Amino acid sequence: MNKEQSKRPFIVTWVVVALIYAAVFISEQILPPSSMLFTVLKKGATYALVAVSMNLLNGFTGIFSLGQAGFMLIGAYVYGIFTIPVADRSQVYQYFDGGLVQFTVPVVTAMILSGVAAAFFAFLIGLPVLRLKSDYLAIATLGFAEIIRAIVQWNGLGPITNGSNLLRLFPNFNDFNIRNADGNVTVYLSTLVPFLISGVCIFLIVLLIRSNYGRAFKAIRDDEVAAEAMGINLAHHKQLSFCISSFFAGVGGAMLAMYQTTVQAKSFTSAMTYEILLIVVIGGVGSITGSVLSSFLFVACSEWWLRFLDEKQMIGDFEVPLLRNGFRLVVFSVIIMIVVLFFRRGIMGDRELWDMGADSKAERGTKQ
Amino acid sequence: MWDTVFPYLLSGISVGGQYALIAIGYTMVYGILRLINFAHGDVFMVAGIVMVYIAASGVPLWLSIPLVLIITALVGFLIERVAYKPLRSAPRMSVMISAIGVSYTLQNLVLYVTGGLNKQYPTIPWVSETIVLGAAKTKLVTVVTPILVIILVAALVTLINKTKIGMAMRAVSKDFETSQLMGIKINSVISATFVIGSFLAGVGSLLYFTNYSTVIQTSGAMPGLKAFVAAVFGGIGSIPGAVIGAFLIGIMENIIKGLDVILFKSGVITKPLGLATFSDAFTFALLIIILVVKPTGLFGEAATDKV
Repeated sequence: MNKEQSKRPFIVTWVVVALIYAAVFISEQILPPSSMLFTVLKKGATYALVAVSMNLLNGFTGIFSLGQAGFMLIGAYVYGIFTIPVADRSQVYQYFDGGLVQFTVPVVTAMILSGVAAAFFAFLIGLPVLRLKSDYLAIATLGFAEIIRAIVQWNGLGPITNGSNLLRLFPNFNDFNIRNADGNVTVYLSTLVPFLISGVCIFLIVLLIRSNYGRAFKAIRDDEVAAEAMGINLAHHKQLSFCISSFFAGVGGAMLAMYQTTVQAKSFTSAMTYEILLIVVIGGVGSITGSVLSSFLFVACSEWWLRFLDEKQMIGDFEVPLLRNGFRLVVFSVIIMIVVLFFRRGIMGDRELWDMGADSKAERGTKQ
Repeated sequence: MWDTVFPYLLSGISVGGQYALIAIGYTMVYGILRLINFAHGDVFMVAGIVMVYIAASGVPLWLSIPLVLIITALVGFLIERVAYKPLRSAPRMSVMISAIGVSYTLQNLVLYVTGGLNKQYPTIPWVSETIVLGAAKTKLVTVVTPILVIILVAALVTLINKTKIGMAMRAVSKDFETSQLMGIKINSVISATFVIGSFLAGVGSLLYFTNYSTVIQTSGAMPGLKAFVAAVFGGIGSIPGAVIGAFLIGIMENIIKGLDVILFKSGVITKPLGLATFSDAFTFALLIIILVVKPTGLFGEAATDKV
């Protein structure tokens, strides 16, 4: 195989990605901003990042963690706490005298802080928890997410987290639109920016997976004992994977905060983690491309395409109760169960977009 | 002091008993399939919803209770057949994902049927009667629960130790493949486990929802998780362990719920700290501590890992 040929799939991938970004940018300028398409794209981009971060852990390192919602919560709160304009704080923290934090940081810094905070908590929780085996680890991380949720809602932390009240008025995706002096939008960027953030993060994860570390992660997934025998430091690599995954889950949490424009701890339940896990499974455990694709499919189905199954309209997330009709969700669940039971490899199995070229077929044959 | 603590202790024992009935289902399934049946909490919730609808359709009470228990057992049986049996040779992670899928499906199904509204649980006469016990005013179900739990557990332990199916269950939980080679019909043993577990969850739901009086599609999630923690606390696979773990968790959780009031009345603190927020978190903190310090729980057998 000469070098030119092996590079081709990557060029194709880059072209596909560039085309998608161009399409997003152009459609945003043409279509009305209230179009359902943009809701799906924004939420899809957010979920794509979270799903990929979960896949890094569950699909590539073989650590079955169910703490994703907890790390997203940390990310969302850190983002909110550090970006609510000082002038609005007395309004948001009305029960806590305007809160303790009386400064803001730029949005990008806040997002990085979100990730760092999530990674830091992941490090702390990882010390005891990562020693556990598969399902014990799952339940311990799930429990950890519930603990975080309770702590954030505690009134004693109210001056920082606003207790069980909403955090709001922080910069959201719409603030990325470029406005002229009259306040009219001249260039719409509210969908492109989440795509960029998510895209950069996913690209970093792909780089990681294709590096030496990534190969070590996969070795741990395939056989812990053999990996250890080959000189891979299990504890170190698991901790690394856990922290990095949580970092991106934290950034994803910040994005979710921007998408929702408000944050409340009680919405980050284990149901949210399950949803993300199901996205990963539908996309194919061990495929980044699959996770991204299925995030958009999942969001589009649940928010848009399957809507006709529901007679009554509904707004936002489908966890909102008080809906008269939930047939869409039943159909959706059945589809998910069919995938889980009969198409266990999901949409992509463990293939990637750049594996789709003809020359990688032989390699794939040996992998399975 | 005692008068302040007693009501919390009492409701703790009651909730603990209800957790115990759910926890048995977890511990039995885990013992045999090494599977955390995430859908078990939702089976418990479905039992509650079924009771609501059966009572609404005018079926007399003496008939509706056995009917609910039979339907719940059937639900458990069907879940195992549809969602877990096809994955018997699949990796454990797939089965667990399937369990999460079932939980998601059951919740959505109930959401569809109920329209996502809180459903009023029918009043079961006698157990809903209010009684006064010392300083506490409570429903009779509080007292009935622990007694019923002890009777049911005694029956279950007898079943497992004395009957043929019980012996088969013990064999399967010791070694899945060998027992298969010895001619034990694995599938019927597993089905029996699910039927028993779901039946007990059904009994638990009768008691639990009599106390809490409303059911919604997410009602099963928290009790389910806590019951699982109880099962781990007691040593997963051990039935007495699960029961004792559940009682301990129920009591501790309720004491924490009332800790503000207790500390306030005994003069330790002067203003409420809002510690009740941590009643759920405490359970999970306990879980993490147990898993780290003694992963086999209070009564669990030390597992040997085969490479």
